[in-house]
Amino acid sequence: MKNVVIPIGPQHPALKEPESFNVMLSGERIMAFSARLGYNHRGIEKACEDRTYTQDVYLTERICGICSHSHSTCFVQAVEEIAGAVVSKRALYIRTLIGELERVHSHLLWLGVAGHEVGFDTLLMYTWRDREVVMDILALLTGNRVNYGINTIGGVRRDVAPAQAKQVLKAVNTLEERTKYYIEVATQEATLINRLSGVGILPKEDAIALGAVGPTARASGVDRDVRRDDPYAAYDEMAFKVITDGHCDVYGRTLVRMGELMESYKIIRQVLEKMPEGPLTVKVPRKIPAGEAVSRYEAPRGEDVHYVKSNGTEKPERVKVRAPTLANMQNVSKMLEDRQLADLPIVIAAIDPCFSCTDRTTLINDMSGKETKSMSWPDLRLHGIEWYRSQGIDFSKLNKKLAERADRV
Amino acid sequence: MIRPGKMLRQVLKSIFKKPATTRYPFIKSAMPENFRGKIVFHPERCIGCRMCMRDCPSNAIVIKKVGEKQFEAEFDLGKCIYCAQCVDSCLKKALESSKDFELAAIDRKTLKVKFGADDKRST
Amino acid sequence: MITNALFSILVFPGFCFLFIFGLAAEFIDRKAYARLQNRVGPPWFQPGADFIKLISKEDVLPEEANPRMFKAMPIFALTAAVTAFFYIPLWTTNAMYSFNGDLIVVLYLLTIPTLTFFLGGWYSTSLYSKIGAVRSLTQLFAYEVPMLMSILAPALLAGTWSLSEMSLFYSQHPWYWLSNMLGFGIALISLLGKLEKVPFDIPEAETEIVAGTFTEYSGRLFGLFRLGIDIENVVGASLLAAVYLPFGITSLPILSFAIYLCKVIFIILLMTLMRSLFARFRIDQMLDFCWRFLSPLAFVQVLLSLALKGFIAK
Repeated sequence: MKNVVIPIGPQHPALKEPESFNVMLSGERIMAFSARLGYNHRGIEKACEDRTYTQDVYLTERICGICSHSHSTCFVQAVEEIAGAVVSKRALYIRTLIGELERVHSHLLWLGVAGHEVGFDTLLMYTWRDREVVMDILALLTGNRVNYGINTIGGVRRDVAPAQAKQVLKAVNTLEERTKYYIEVATQEATLINRLSGVGILPKEDAIALGAVGPTARASGVDRDVRRDDPYAAYDEMAFKVITDGHCDVYGRTLVRMGELMESYKIIRQVLEKMPEGPLTVKVPRKIPAGEAVSRYEAPRGEDVHYVKSNGTEKPERVKVRAPTLANMQNVSKMLEDRQLADLPIVIAAIDPCFSCTDRTTLINDMSGKETKSMSWPDLRLHGIEWYRSQGIDFSKLNKKLAERADRV
Repeated sequence: MIRPGKMLRQVLKSIFKKPATTRYPFIKSAMPENFRGKIVFHPERCIGCRMCMRDCPSNAIVIKKVGEKQFEAEFDLGKCIYCAQCVDSCLKKALESSKDFELAAIDRKTLKVKFGADDKRST
Repeated sequence: MITNALFSILVFPGFCFLFIFGLAAEFIDRKAYARLQNRVGPPWFQPGADFIKLISKEDVLPEEANPRMFKAMPIFALTAAVTAFFYIPLWTTNAMYSFNGDLIVVLYLLTIPTLTFFLGGWYSTSLYSKIGAVRSLTQLFAYEVPMLMSILAPALLAGTWSLSEMSLFYSQHPWYWLSNMLGFGIALISLLGKLEKVPFDIPEAETEIVAGTFTEYSGRLFGLFRLGIDIENVVGASLLAAVYLPFGITSLPILSFAIYLCKVIFIILLMTLMRSLFARFRIDQMLDFCWRFLSPLAFVQVLLSLALKGFIAK
């Protein structure tokens, strides 16, 4: 078979979110790989400029379903830095608690998805059953199973009662036992190791050069973690290890994520033990004074960066979000060099893609100095048809058939 | 020791355990206490300051004046994101979250819920 | 004479029996798979309901596909699977039709469904189907040799090429079938490859190539394909039961029938267990595994049978 270009996406059973990959195959070997993102673009950065800071907390939370607390905390930290508000210790501890519970939730979900991508559905069912334990705890603490809504500018909205703390500890004990079992499965199940080892290799220099973040980078031996290097919330008072691994492949990423799960249980226990008394919020005025701030957060997928610029009114002037998947995406073509088609879903799943987080517009300065123009909806449609025609795809036959069918009806 | 079939014991034990699935909708699980479901309005406590309208991220609540110190609230359940920010913003605690979350409807008009000024209790 | 033949071919133990048994076997497989994963699983009428729903839907033909080949493939798969059933001894030592050499015929008839997967996928002209079709054929080269060799071993011991005579031989010499247990293991794994179940469901890997060969199939044709695969499950399990577990043939037909059902369901449950324990292989790993591990073991089993035969002859 000569070279074929096969589209993976935008709709594909392997992908949880729409994105388009074009893979050139020769038999089973991948010859070339190109990615096209942007199917999930919703104009969130622009929408943030139209709403007040309080409303924006909820909007940034909904950038992603599973890193929702990361985005909302990162945004709130930036705004509090501009306003010069000092948040109470108790609020910081509660933010850390929810952040770590979210990390547990995300990594358990990832384990199931990785199992599903290699055809190991049993692992999917078992890990997602245990994920229900975490979601019930989060519903108990915050009022909802995803999109927790616990942040507000100046602190948190809900308190942790001692009875709830006891339940959290019980759940963490159960989850720790189960995670130990999954670590055993991942390190001893021969068919799984065969699919995960040696796949998606990313050497350390390439990881640093291409800007990988999070577990993807830590599995290649890059020792970077925002929680330790630039502590925020209550992480400067917590004792935890940063898990790195030398395998540089998907197996290494699995080990890193499971190690992080065990560390998260330790952090959750420390938070509940050491939680200080104090108020939940501090008063922050509605009109934030002019200024700008950058804030970073270690989301389950890597480093999340938010930039907020305020101008003295109730609404921000500019909000920019850099999600971790954007940094990790560029490594995928390097990882897929010389691999087979069967490795593609697990390699993409191993960077834990969250394309809802990623799709933002970037304004590219057109160096040729031509004027920019804005297109209306009919113009955009004609532009699309012309582009497809230039690629050799002609819609006129299809349009004729559809018109005939509409006439018959 | 690396061997195939590591999950054999767990998998065989599961035959004798009860399935982990809750047979919804025949068996409904209870939601925890501070679950953020549908919002409930107490018109007797409302003073018409409209802080809830100002803070709602999706403009789902509209407070209308229907008489002297009497206000009614209209919710669009389709627009509401159940964040309970209005509950926090209300100065007189006239809004509270209930545990009701089974709000799917076939007709969009039924999603606009009105709490009248003379309802002394939530509907 | 001819009405008798028509009855046994079309009703019992022919097509209607296979239809019902195939759907029942699919239900048992799916329910057991769910219970092994701590889930509830579908109700008993689910496979039947699926079949009726698929038959009632419109089949969509891709524009560039070859319509005659596209439509003919599911029927070939179904017919080949049903025809193979007639030569397998079920609950008596005589199959419906038997002659010397029907072992090879059954094995060939069971290869035809794989060939129809390849041709159906190729003539769909969709990219995913083509890749699935090529994988299907590649997989055929991997598992066919261990399967042939391991089914050959009991036949060598019995000294005949006919399944019915093999069954007769083993009922006359009880406990001889224990020497074939290694072959049983190998044949079970190869059967997983033939039926394209995890860990060998590479041609139909949902997360890689949508549905492989069946991507473009929908409606009635897809329903017939799935029925063909279900019946192939039962036929394959019956073949294994007849070759490796040839005991339990008594003079009471009801008892023999019950024992036959138990044997086939046991084999299907074994396959379900293996389905839930392993991750999917990659195609190169599968070829590696089959040629470097399964084939030598099958060869060992053949040598064992030959040695045992020489021993008995003395």
